[in-house]
This record gives sequence, C-alpha cells and structure tokens, in this order.
Amino acid sequence: MAFAVARPKLTWPERLFLPQIFAGMAITLNHFKNMLLGRTKVTVQYPEQKLDSTLPSYYRGAPALVKDESGRIRCVACQLCEFICPPRAIKIEPGEIPPADRFRKVEKFPREFDIDMIRCIYCGMCEEVCPEQAIFLRKDYAITGLTRAEMVHNKEKLLEIGGVMHGVVLKWNEKK
Amino acid sequence: MSTTTFLLLTSLLKIIGIVFLVILPMVSYAVYAERRVSALIQDRLGPNRVGPAGLLQPLADAMKFLLKEDYTPEHVNKFYYWLAPCLAMVPAITTIAVVPFGSTLFGAPMVIADINVGVLFVFAIASLGVYGIVIAGWSSNSKYPFLGGVRSSSQMISYELSLGLAVIPIFLLVGKLRLTEIVQYQIEHGWMLFPFAGDWTNPARWLLTIPLWISFAVFSIAVFAETNRLPFDLPEAETELVGGYHTEYGSMKFALFFLGEYAAMITGSAIIVTLFLGGWHFPGIPDGSHGWIFGLINIFVFFAKVAALLFVFIWVRFTLPRFRYDQLMRLGWVFFFEIALVNIFLVAGLLTVLPNRI
Repeated sequence: MAFAVARPKLTWPERLFLPQIFAGMAITLNHFKNMLLGRTKVTVQYPEQKLDSTLPSYYRGAPALVKDESGRIRCVACQLCEFICPPRAIKIEPGEIPPADRFRKVEKFPREFDIDMIRCIYCGMCEEVCPEQAIFLRKDYAITGLTRAEMVHNKEKLLEIGGVMHGVVLKWNEKK
Repeated sequence: MSTTTFLLLTSLLKIIGIVFLVILPMVSYAVYAERRVSALIQDRLGPNRVGPAGLLQPLADAMKFLLKEDYTPEHVNKFYYWLAPCLAMVPAITTIAVVPFGSTLFGAPMVIADINVGVLFVFAIASLGVYGIVIAGWSSNSKYPFLGGVRSSSQMISYELSLGLAVIPIFLLVGKLRLTEIVQYQIEHGWMLFPFAGDWTNPARWLLTIPLWISFAVFSIAVFAETNRLPFDLPEAETELVGGYHTEYGSMKFALFFLGEYAAMITGSAIIVTLFLGGWHFPGIPDGSHGWIFGLINIFVFFAKVAALLFVFIWVRFTLPRFRYDQLMRLGWVFFFEIALVNIFLVAGLLTVLPNRI
C-alpha cells in the first residue's frame, strides 16, 4: 500500500542547503573546541589511566587454581574443565595421591595443569563446570609474554595467581 | 657572483627547499593534522603516543611505508600500474612552482618560477592530475578500481570548467595572470575577499566584493572536487568502492597516491590563498626588501594561511555527507558552471558601469 511521506516545504535559502551546511560546521567546530579545551572526557589514556577499579564483580580475567585452608590443592583432576574448554587451552595430567599422604581420601590431584593463555578465551566455562570450586577467573586481563612458552601457565603459576580460598565447598549441589 | 649563478643557485635552493623540505613534510603533517583534527571533531583523541602529542607519528608512518613489502599483483598491467602513482603525485608538486610563497629573501624572489602565465600554468598542470587516477583505475584490471577511476576522471573534468571560469573575474579586475602581480594588486587594493586597504571606502569596491565572494565559493568547491575530497570523494569512498582507484595498490605506491592527494590539497589551498586571500601579505608587515626578517615573516604568514585553509578542508570532510554521483555531476555541469558564467558577466558589467576602475 502506498504511504505518502510528508516532505517539509523548504524555503529557497534552505534549498541551497547553505544554512544547514554552516549549522553543521558550527556543530563540528563545537565538538572540536570542547575536546581541545578538555571539556569532553571520553577517551581513557590506557597505560596511564586504567579502569581496573570499575570492573564489575563478574568480570572474567585470567584463570587461576586455588588451595583450601588446609593447604590442599582444591583441584581433583576430574578433567571436566579440560573437556569443556572451547579452545582446548587446558591440559591436565592426573596423578594419584600416595596412600601415606594426609589427603589420601581425595585419591586424585593434578600432577601437571597447564593453561595456554594464548588459547584461553576467558569464557569462564572452566569456572562454571568445576565441581570442586578449584578454578576461578581473576580480574587481571593484561597477560603478555615474549615467547609462546612463557604464555603457558603451569600449575605453580596458576596456584600463585590463585592463592587460598576460604569458605565452604558446596560439593555435589545440584543447584550449582 | 654573476647574476646567472645567483639565479641558478637560488633556484636550486628554492626547488630543493620547497619541494623536499617544505611540501613533503607539510604533506606528512597534513596527514597527522587530519587524523588529529578529525579525531577531535569525533570526540576522541588522535595519535598522541609517538613523540610529544604524537608529533613524530608521520615519521613512523614514513618508516612503515618505506619498509613495507611492495607487492605487484599478477593481474595488473605492469607498466601503467607502476606509472600511475607518479602521474598522480607529479602535477601537484609541479604546480607549486609558480605560487609565490613569500616576498623576497636576500634579494631572491620567493617563487620558483615567476612566469607571466602563472594561473594558466596552474590549470594546465592540474588537469594532468586526471591521468594518474584514470591510469590507476584501468591498469588495475579490477572492477572497483575501474569504477573509481572512471567516476573520478569524469568528476575532475566536470569541475575543471568551474575551476577555470570562477577565477576569470579576478583577471578582469587585475588584468594580469602573473601570480606575483596578483598578490601585488591585493597589497595595494586590499585582499579580494576583505578589501581593507587602498581605496577601501569606495562603495564600488565593496560592490565588486560580492561577485568575488561568489567566485571564491565556486572556486573552493571546485578545488574540493578536483582533489577528490569530501563531499566529492565518491571515487575513493571506502564504503562505496572498497578503495576506489587505489584498491590494488599497497606500500610505497599507495603512499604516493595518498601523498599526491594531500599535495594537491596543499597546492589548491596555496592557489586559493594567493588569488583570494592576499598571498603572503599581512596588513602592517612590509615585504622582504626591507629586511630579511620580514621576508621570513611573509613566508610564515603564507604557510599559516595555507594551514588555516587545510583545517577548513578537514573540517568540511568530517561534517558533510558525500554527494551521490548524479547529484555531483549535476552540480558541476548545471549549477556551478552557470553561476561561474553569470559571475563573469556580472563583474564585466560592473566594471564597465562603474566610473573608476578600481
């Protein structure tokens, strides 16, 4: 069905478009002047100014492993995170906790735990799927290195970033 | 030393000085200025990391262009592909040879070639700029450059009419084509646009200013169209034609096109300043024969005016939307051509009717 668009009647100076051109140029000049005088603060000058303090609590940074209060590494090498990781950045080598150890009830621990930070996409699936609350995403985002080998975070590095987690573990909670 | 050696030496110094030490750095800094000014207009900062406030950015760009791999695709027409960027750059720089960028410095006139058909030379050489773009478009053997080249060549040819016709009122007024004489006329009788010198209380002079302003407007718009700048940049618009005529070019050849466009902009601004805004003259400052310091100040004033015009070029680019191709051609052939013609008749009529020829 035809719909008639109402076109405004332009006076003859308006049809030359000159007043509109000059009005437009005044607007852009205003933007220019405000930026020069520092009145418009839009750009964050990155290394000097950072937005780290305004990161929300659910911000997804680099993954890290945690230990619990007794000093045991929380991860039991179930390899769920390795399975679910979309770019397959996690590589776990499970190991058996020797029967003489204090934590022999747990039976498994990761002998090697490597996250290749070049592959990691910071999606947070490993944190979501972990049944032991052993892997968490921290708030640091500037992960850099000079070699590819340097960018693979091994178990020691992950534990170092992670630290100790206090609080109750909700094991096998179907709502988690 | 004899006058011939003096002439040769100063000419050589002027050529090297102007082309390599002024125009090429000015072109690179015009790119920097464009990035900065366009960013500030768009509420962001431009490049401000390399050097203080980003002033060494053009050096980084130059290094990039020099060190990048210069690849020639297989499907292009090799000879013309290599020729086109040179053809795009040479007319812009050659035109600068006749523009007086200062008065005199130590007795040497500050213009590389003070020929007595100055403006005609400018228009003749500026028309050669079309060749670079057409050859680039054809030799690339690809559809987007072809379209860009064809569009650009027809646009440039159309606006050359308005370009030439728009400045005829000035020659009716001044009577000479030599650019230094036009500047001299403006020193004695006031700038074309702002006649505040000489016989400026004469109302007839002010009556003549109206067609001169029209002439200025038409000429400036024609310069926008000649240099393929927005709002007439359909031939190289990224959203329309990928890259237009320089799609298939990379590294040094692309740099030559890019620099050629900015050099054409600078040349166009220089011509506008010389013809309409009084060239190197600033009211109150004498010419270089009174001392070398005044010669230097005159050069500085000229380049300051050119820089102001370049700012206007950049300002307009980031304000106006671009013209559709048929609108563009209609403007060139119907609108500006007629206005320029009517303007000539108007000025000729005014000059015959008014009692004293100012």
